[in-house]
Amino acid sequence: MPQSGQPNIIAMSGFIIFIVLSLVITWFAARRTRSTKDFYAAGGSITALQNGLALAGDYMSAASFLGIAGLVALSGFDGLIYSIGFLVGWPVVVCLIAEPLRNLGRFTFSDVVAFRLRQTPVRVASAAGSLAVIAFYLIAQMVGAGNLIRLLFGLDYEIAVAIVGAVMLAYVLFGGMIATTWVQIVKAVLLLSGAFMLAMMVLARFSFNPLALFAAAAEQYGPAVLAPGRLVSDPVDAISLGLALMFGTAGLPHILMRFYTVPDGRTARVSVAYATAIIGGFYLLTFILGFGAMVLVGQDAIRGVDVGGNMAAPLLAEVVGGQAFLGFIAAVAFATILAVVAGLTLAGAAALSHDIYVNVFRHGHAPEKEQLMVARAATIVLALLSIVLGIVFKGQNVAYMVGLAFAIAASANFPALILSMFWQPFTTRGAQASILFGTVATLALIWMSPTIQIDLLKHTTAYFPYRNPGLFTIPLSFLIGIVVSLAAPEPAAVAGFAKLEQQIHFGAPDEAA
Amino acid sequence: MSDSASRLVTLSAARWRLSIILTAAMTIIYVAFILLIAFNKPLLGTVLVPGLSLGILLGVLVIVTAWVLIMIYVRWTNANYDVAVADIRNAHREGR
Repeated sequence: MPQSGQPNIIAMSGFIIFIVLSLVITWFAARRTRSTKDFYAAGGSITALQNGLALAGDYMSAASFLGIAGLVALSGFDGLIYSIGFLVGWPVVVCLIAEPLRNLGRFTFSDVVAFRLRQTPVRVASAAGSLAVIAFYLIAQMVGAGNLIRLLFGLDYEIAVAIVGAVMLAYVLFGGMIATTWVQIVKAVLLLSGAFMLAMMVLARFSFNPLALFAAAAEQYGPAVLAPGRLVSDPVDAISLGLALMFGTAGLPHILMRFYTVPDGRTARVSVAYATAIIGGFYLLTFILGFGAMVLVGQDAIRGVDVGGNMAAPLLAEVVGGQAFLGFIAAVAFATILAVVAGLTLAGAAALSHDIYVNVFRHGHAPEKEQLMVARAATIVLALLSIVLGIVFKGQNVAYMVGLAFAIAASANFPALILSMFWQPFTTRGAQASILFGTVATLALIWMSPTIQIDLLKHTTAYFPYRNPGLFTIPLSFLIGIVVSLAAPEPAAVAGFAKLEQQIHFGAPDEAA
Repeated sequence: MSDSASRLVTLSAARWRLSIILTAAMTIIYVAFILLIAFNKPLLGTVLVPGLSLGILLGVLVIVTAWVLIMIYVRWTNANYDVAVADIRNAHREGR
């Protein structure tokens, strides 16, 4: 039987090898990190395939790997609904966001929103939106990391959270985006090959026919596992969650930041094609892992270790590959969380130092050395904050927190980004109103939802009937941005639109050599 | 200059139109899939061949569709848009 909570020597060694390897990467990266462009954007020298892997790495968090495999193992088809929701955002990213973002900005998506608007008010608002998204995403990852390490290595939750925070701090602080990107690439390759090997070992028992695996699951647990179940009970809630997942991807600061690490718009575009192929393939693999765990490990055994099902993939690894393979998969899962936390922290540091300190307090004129110093100070603050948040929010539902981060990203960041790039009459006040409304309304509706009012506070009724606010907050956020802009036109912003259009196609003047 | 400016407007509109069509296609397909899940669970539970329900087939097709839409966009922009932008830029530079 699986020995959760017992230190597994191979898992420990795999984990330590990954940390040493990633610190070596950090050491090399640190020697190449001299300017802010190196620190935030890896010098703009990442190739399409590398960026595709890094984007996939940022996106395939432990929530995807452990969470979706667990969901499929316990409820079958319903797990697929989540995978699809996470994937359909990518066509939106490539069609509407990737290239214009690359050509208009330098380090953060606020660069784009503030392009032709007044810098200070827009940057304060969009940095607030970014930080709200990052905070919830960080909480989810830290809580996931703490639980995972406690289960796999037998370490205390608080110690596990502190280790993640400390190691991640080293990557970001010394290696900046170069280290963060390469750690992400290494992790993406490890995660993909781990999931692929595991899926092949499962399929080997079903003569490499996934349908035989699904049929075995249906035979053992009834045909209901192949059909939609109770996960989607309310259509409004389902569509609301779906829209948040779809448009949230295009508003995640740590994903958007990756488009600045490539040399041009074309590379940005091609890197999304790679990322989507990798992520899509990975989600299909997790589906096989989920059903494999359902059949080979058994639902009762999975629930026995963790009621949420999050240990389905590691348990499956032990059944088909023994202790050694369990160790490998556990180390990979841990590497996954570490890399995602590093990416999030870097995006947060960029919002704090590039948007707030440099552009608001120093009005865009700060020496390179000072900017780097502030960025590193912001990294330390965020690392400490993420450790504290991880400990304070112990026991929260990981998938729900990630869903929350997507809802804020879709309502606060996405509308302002789209309007600033494609709608000429957009104004500074409109951007401010749209971003702040999106952030506050999403948080408020979530607080009034049954999830908080009934499940958490044990009230009998909730002020707002739905658990997912996206269906209401996304259109309203667009509407408010439009109405406020039309109410008080801003001639300077309208005049700047021609330059913005020019730059969307040709890139920044100094780069268009 | 005015010629290259008007060519840029046309090109920009063409790319914008493609982006809107592909984004709308993805949204409609995805929302339709969710609506099917919400309103007709038994239909999606129909077993086509042992082990394969209609729901799983459609779900995999949605994932494949997302990828196909991205490939359409990347292929069109790589083959047409990039070339046209380079043309306009060169014409603009020679004109100066």
